[in-house]
Amino acid sequence: MLSAPGLLFFILGCAALTAPYMTLAANRIVAGDGFRAWQLAAPGPSVLALGVLAAGLAMGVLGAWPTLRVIGAALGLGALIWLLTLGSTTLLDGAGEYARVSPAAGFWCLVVVLALLLADGLTNLSPGPWARLGILGVILGLLAALLTSGLLSQLSIMQEFSSRKPAFFDALSRHLWLSLGSLLLAAIIGLPLGIACYRKPRLQDTLLPALSFLQTIPSLAMFGIMIPLLGWVGDTIPGAQAIGIAGIGFAPAFIALVLYSLLPVVANTAAGLGSTPPAAQEAARGMGMTFIQRLAKVELPLGLPIILAGLRIVLVQNIGLAVIAGLIGGGGFGAFVFQGLNQTAIDLILLGALPTVALALVAGVLMDILVALTQPHTRHVSESAP
Amino acid sequence: MIEIDQISKVYDGKAAVDAVSMTVETGTITVIVGTSGSGKTTLLRMINRLEEPTSGEVRINGVVTTSMPGHILRRRIGYAIQGHGLFPHHTVGRNIGAVPQLLGWSKEKTRARVDELLDLFSMDPAQFRDRYPAELSGGQQQRVGVARALASRPDLLLMDEPFGALDPIIRARAQTDLRRIQRTLGSTIMLVTHDMEEAIHLGDRVAVMDGGQLVQHGTPAEIIQNPATAFVADMVGGVDRPLRLLSLIAVADIVEDGPATGTPIAAEASLRDALSACLWSGRDALPVTRGDAIIGRVTLPAIRAQAQATA
Ligand SMILES: Nc1ncnc2c1ncn2[C@@H]1O[C@H](COP(=O)(O)OP(=O)(O)OP(=O)(O)O)[C@@H](O)[C@H]1O
Ligand SMILES: [Mg+2]
Repeated sequence: MLSAPGLLFFILGCAALTAPYMTLAANRIVAGDGFRAWQLAAPGPSVLALGVLAAGLAMGVLGAWPTLRVIGAALGLGALIWLLTLGSTTLLDGAGEYARVSPAAGFWCLVVVLALLLADGLTNLSPGPWARLGILGVILGLLAALLTSGLLSQLSIMQEFSSRKPAFFDALSRHLWLSLGSLLLAAIIGLPLGIACYRKPRLQDTLLPALSFLQTIPSLAMFGIMIPLLGWVGDTIPGAQAIGIAGIGFAPAFIALVLYSLLPVVANTAAGLGSTPPAAQEAARGMGMTFIQRLAKVELPLGLPIILAGLRIVLVQNIGLAVIAGLIGGGGFGAFVFQGLNQTAIDLILLGALPTVALALVAGVLMDILVALTQPHTRHVSESAP
Repeated sequence: MIEIDQISKVYDGKAAVDAVSMTVETGTITVIVGTSGSGKTTLLRMINRLEEPTSGEVRINGVVTTSMPGHILRRRIGYAIQGHGLFPHHTVGRNIGAVPQLLGWSKEKTRARVDELLDLFSMDPAQFRDRYPAELSGGQQQRVGVARALASRPDLLLMDEPFGALDPIIRARAQTDLRRIQRTLGSTIMLVTHDMEEAIHLGDRVAVMDGGQLVQHGTPAEIIQNPATAFVADMVGGVDRPLRLLSLIAVADIVEDGPATGTPIAAEASLRDALSACLWSGRDALPVTRGDAIIGRVTLPAIRAQAQATA
């Protein structure tokens, strides 16, 4: 049995091989020359690496064996890294002091194709939440090992990284503070509001449209509005500046993110609480539970998956939106992206963009695992004589 | 004793329950029967104040129900809702133990009570205690729902169509179980159904509701013999009335001396069963047993006399 997505991945993977795999540039700013995958090393290693890559893609076609498909994806990814290390050594040989090598379109396309194959194979294996957590740990561990091993240190993005190590980790922590902190504050404000909406449908009818309106403000405009607003607050209210409230910087970015987060939190909390089976609510009331007891014992536990799904949306959304914060001096990976755009330095842009994408992916997977762990027992056994 | 005094509920200008008054004696089963939409559920929910009456009041042992907060009142009254309403995220044990937990019982006491109730409903505690409701059949879910209502040994138990989802055989067994449990615990039960058969089988008293009004309240025999309105007569069913009546009388009541042959019938069986046995086996008389001893016979003419005399 052939796997249809596997076949597609194989064709796309082969097509991607015809695109330049790496580029060699004379320095950091100028555009480089592209090299195809088979031009990167001596025939011997080249053929071997390409063979492993092709074998990996071919294994992805075997629909009946998801384990083999996962192994194929892993082999393919390994081959990609190997080609990268081969290529950087060969291309840099005698190319000058400022020369830089970077992965090009072909490499990135293959990474995406193989990652999709990996995800597809893993989905077919349908691992439980704990197994998923384990897989995520293994993948992150391998990634960390690869990045710290020095195998890739000749790549321009890694050079960009090593020349800005303190700034990078500063940006990472800023980014996490922005996205996690705004999530936390949004939850602290949004959960009670959601509970209130659940209790008073009339409040819900006025609050949700207002929050939806906030959501429709484009992010650039929102950050733009924050600048004069918080600038004014910082200037007029005594002590505000002392705690960091000013037109630009962390505070306006943080507040904008919180505002964006409110709708998913409030709406999902109200929807989650309302999703409790009416008969269970009635029974809870009938046995003499107070509103708080019903909330704690019945409605919150049963609505938790939907509430967490709201927090998941917020977290992933905020990790992405926090990039824009770089524009108003909020820090985070966005700072690299905008600096890179100013200097037309692709590597610097990637140094901001790639970790952001990775953070969002990891956050999404982690929250999915949490949602799965809180799923109530809904397995239904078919009606049988008692 | 529960006194329901001129209680009404008006929704949008229309009375769902219209000035209903009745008294329920302690230790009896009162079955409220009526067609769909006749206000049975609404009446029941006003007793534990899940619904506040538009007018009228309810007194339990002389105390007006509005004299305490609603949730305190409800903790003292067992309530099995229409459709089991089990908490899907709690095990059977936690579901049954919900009210004892609210009342602050100790873990051991609650656990013992849960096992006792599961036993009572013929469900093996070791097998069912830790299951989730989704892992039970419909009938088992309903029995757990009833067990949960009984858990804190409430003096008053309100049950809204508790046997709705059961097939006829299990249903008859559940009814017999409920009777037995009620007799041993001496609890007061108000039970809603739209099945007259169930009402006659279970009730010490039957209350018939029609369009929000209580049209008749009496013993099953009274309801069958003297239906107050055409509606009640209709509910009782014209041609079935003699048979329903016979089902209320035990063989022991008309046992007489004399010979009879063939398979005997138990003294606790109803005359309806005896009639059925006579017709099926073509006999005019059946031996009657109590325990292992034959105590006499029951004859077809005697059964017929009962059906005529009372109908
Ligand atoms: N919350 C409510 N708002 C408006 N009308 C209601 C409400 N609850 C019940 N009613 C109406 O009151 C009447 C009686 O309803 P109730 O639920 O007491 O009937 P029931 O006898 O229990 O019926 P069933 O046998 O179908 O359960 C119905 O006409 C119903 O539509
Ligand atoms: Mg009803």
